[in-house]
Amino acid sequence: MSDKRLVVIGDGMVGRRFLEAVVERDPSWQVTVLAEEPRPAYDRVRLSAFFDGVSAEELSLASDLPGVDVRLGEPALAIDREARRVATAGGDYAYDKLVLATGSYPFVPPVEGSDLDGVHVYRTIEDLEAIRSRAEGRRHGVVVGGGLLGLEAANALRLLGLETQIVEFAPWLMARQLDEAGGGVLKQHIERLGIDVACSTGGTRIEPSGDRLRMETNQEGLAFDTDMIVFAAGVRPADALAREAGLAVGERGGVVVDPSCRSSDPDVYAIGEVAAMEGVCYGLVAPGYAMAEVAADRLAGGEATFPGADLSTKLKLLGVDVAQFGEMDGPLATTYLDPAEGVYAKLVLSDDAQTLLGGMLVGNAEPYPLLRASVGGKVPGQLADLLSSGEVEGALPDGAQVCSCNSVTKGEIMGAVADGCHDVGAIKSCTKAGTSCGSCVPMLKQLLAEGGVEVSKSICEHFAQSRAELFDIVKVTGISSFSELIARHGSGSGCDLCKPAVASILASLANGHILDGEQAALQDTNDHFLANLQRNGTYSVVPRIPGGEVTPDKLIVLGEVAKEFGLYTKITGGQRVDLFGARVEDLPKIWRRLVDAGFESGHAYGKALRTIKSCVGTDWCRYGVQDSVKMAIDLELRYRGLRSPHKVKSAVSGCARECAEARSKDFGVIATEDGWNLYVGGNGGFTPRHADLLVSDVDSETLVRTIDRFLMFYISTADRLQRTSKWLESLDGGVDYVREVVVDDRLGICEDLDAMMAKHVESYTDEWKGVLDDPEKLERFVSFVNAPDTPDPSIEFETVRGQSFPAGTTERSHARPVPLGTPERLGSERS
Amino acid sequence: MESICAFDRLVPGRGAAALLADGTQVAVFRLADGGLYAVSNRDPFTGAYVMSRGIVGDRSGEPTVASPLHKQVFSLKTGQCLDDGDQSLEAFAVEVVGGEVRVGAASDVKASALWPPPQPRRSPPPESARRWHRSPATPWR
Repeated sequence: MSDKRLVVIGDGMVGRRFLEAVVERDPSWQVTVLAEEPRPAYDRVRLSAFFDGVSAEELSLASDLPGVDVRLGEPALAIDREARRVATAGGDYAYDKLVLATGSYPFVPPVEGSDLDGVHVYRTIEDLEAIRSRAEGRRHGVVVGGGLLGLEAANALRLLGLETQIVEFAPWLMARQLDEAGGGVLKQHIERLGIDVACSTGGTRIEPSGDRLRMETNQEGLAFDTDMIVFAAGVRPADALAREAGLAVGERGGVVVDPSCRSSDPDVYAIGEVAAMEGVCYGLVAPGYAMAEVAADRLAGGEATFPGADLSTKLKLLGVDVAQFGEMDGPLATTYLDPAEGVYAKLVLSDDAQTLLGGMLVGNAEPYPLLRASVGGKVPGQLADLLSSGEVEGALPDGAQVCSCNSVTKGEIMGAVADGCHDVGAIKSCTKAGTSCGSCVPMLKQLLAEGGVEVSKSICEHFAQSRAELFDIVKVTGISSFSELIARHGSGSGCDLCKPAVASILASLANGHILDGEQAALQDTNDHFLANLQRNGTYSVVPRIPGGEVTPDKLIVLGEVAKEFGLYTKITGGQRVDLFGARVEDLPKIWRRLVDAGFESGHAYGKALRTIKSCVGTDWCRYGVQDSVKMAIDLELRYRGLRSPHKVKSAVSGCARECAEARSKDFGVIATEDGWNLYVGGNGGFTPRHADLLVSDVDSETLVRTIDRFLMFYISTADRLQRTSKWLESLDGGVDYVREVVVDDRLGICEDLDAMMAKHVESYTDEWKGVLDDPEKLERFVSFVNAPDTPDPSIEFETVRGQSFPAGTTERSHARPVPLGTPERLGSERS
Repeated sequence: MESICAFDRLVPGRGAAALLADGTQVAVFRLADGGLYAVSNRDPFTGAYVMSRGIVGDRSGEPTVASPLHKQVFSLKTGQCLDDGDQSLEAFAVEVVGGEVRVGAASDVKASALWPPPQPRRSPPPESARRWHRSPATPWR
């Protein structure tokens, strides 16, 4: 026990990965973490997402680690290697082994005035909060640095609404990753976004100019008047503690470590950006993770050594794909440049042109996963194809690294496939491939195909097609009945999987009342009775209350109906009222009362649009910036009754305080000063997901048009029972792809999508009223076909808390524990 | 045999509940191809009397109904649950006489339709598949 005290200095991404690895391999270590920042480790790679509305909590990598004492906001002040202890303001911590994971600090070039108010750096969440507060109400910002970090900072300022100027000392952008031609194409892209770029330029002096700043440069006559300056010109290893403790440091800084991550003191390890691995400091997370694993293995008595670093990167900067892999230059290089499309590609080859040594891609990085994995091997295809289209054929060698973040080779993935991992999710959990940056996920899909795994998309034994394919068939052929569809495109007589799916498709394509003719037989019981079946065989009734706005008179009607029919009453999460315990034969009577009072079906029973929640909006709220209630009502009335692959929920918030929780919805709208932001693909439930930003600051008309297209694109292409969140994740390119389709009209289908929605809006009718007006449909709402006036004797009630509950409720609640978090059994989970 | 209703009163591809004189609830199904079946209306998994509201279809040609609550599938011919061999519905004799649907006692068919006892359709996984559970690979080695 006494020699098992481990102190870790720093709680960043690499430190956190190290802790997880230590706890997994050797839980007997007593671990203390001394962290400078006030919050636990977060995803610094995605830091700029902070300005995209992602909160600090969402970036957090904090995890519950048993036996680990994390002391936030308690930085190490000194290391006494002789006594083997670390001092902080709060006390001393003795160690048997010490791990330095202090990371880097931002490099600020020696410019006079760089300590003035309004001059910032870009490294921590606190830095970003300071930038945000400085930017408020201002209009111009300068970013010093045109590398990876600088471009991220520029994007941040742009998202904050500032006119942005990039100042880069090197002759072109991203000089570490791109050659001059590549940097030039990137500059073109960035300038098109309205960001100014000045290369070969450095700041020489900053001085206050009233409330603003003025930066003079090395270029004669060139100076910038601006509101704020952000230095994002690189980082330096945070090695001050190590220096003071007398540990060996590299020429260009960093704690010198050997391939086992051990420093010049055998009891002290260094990992991540602070480590100078054989003299080199790596500013990327992948080599840091590799070091974390090595150090953890060593502490558990292992023999791991640093496997070498793959510095390949692929990123989307300001919407532009940039990728670099392997060598940047070599004996033979071939390039492709399309200035009209803004695409540049360069491949570096051995002198016999047979071996791929490296390369770079700007504007289109589609071939990146294949190319990176092929570095050191044969060129994977025809050069012309590789450079221009990115569409290539060819098998990778087994040794090729497919996931560089987690060092997983093709051979390991194929092994997992052979052992029964038959989808991307299984490969991810088995090998960790694709779990960090995700850029290799398309590659994983290809490897699955190469391994002979056919991912069956067929709905059930009666149809070989996927839901999306059936949707296309119905749309193109105009087939309007299940019997015709199964006769022409399926087999057998159908089942509880394909019948409701087809019913939903027919309804999405606006084919009359869902209980018309043969369609009635296809519907799940909820749709068949236009109400939600409950455990005792009764139904619940939910009238639509658009936007959650209801008059006192209508509220009174709800109360009266509940009293008259003995219904249990509950307010739902979707801002409406649910009435439980209705007998089948009472449903039409209940609807009659509701419809007469001006209510209509709320489609709580359908795979359809459910509710659009709203906050109270500008008319009452002190903070609202747009009328969220009005927008929610308009949207709910537009999309009511829209049938979809699964239920669709929505919300509208009147300001950034987000009281309506719009980002947990399939589509969520949040008001801004200038219009609306639209988020898509959110979900609560079993696997919560925050929605992604699709468009920002759009006017109401654009908002509605974009939602129209988003919904119809989802309805046309999603699988059966696939919520928008899973659908979005299943699309290559995710929300960016959806934006290309529904905003930029990349597929040329927007007109079609608009027409589909117009048809829906035009043909909507209330389904309850449709039954009340049709004696034939009404006939089905009986308890017994041979005794329509006899209520089902098996249904009994008891009174609990002043309301009606299924009989046995009291007994059940005493007889067994309340099941918490039991997943709902889904039809699709059956094989 | 007890008369229930006119055959035309049944919706093709759908079920209806009927209350027999002795208080028994049966679910009667008229299939799209004209087939007629009757099983007990009580869902054995939940105890709710809802089977008549299930979706009918077929599994490899066997006519079926799925419980509307948790979607377990039952054979309409034998009442046997095809997803869980331990549960079944009672199957009732049913016929059409003079345009009227008539349902008989459960025991009438039990002897004929349920002998030999139906086997669950799903065979257990092979021994090899059950024994193997691969632990996650360690990607860093």
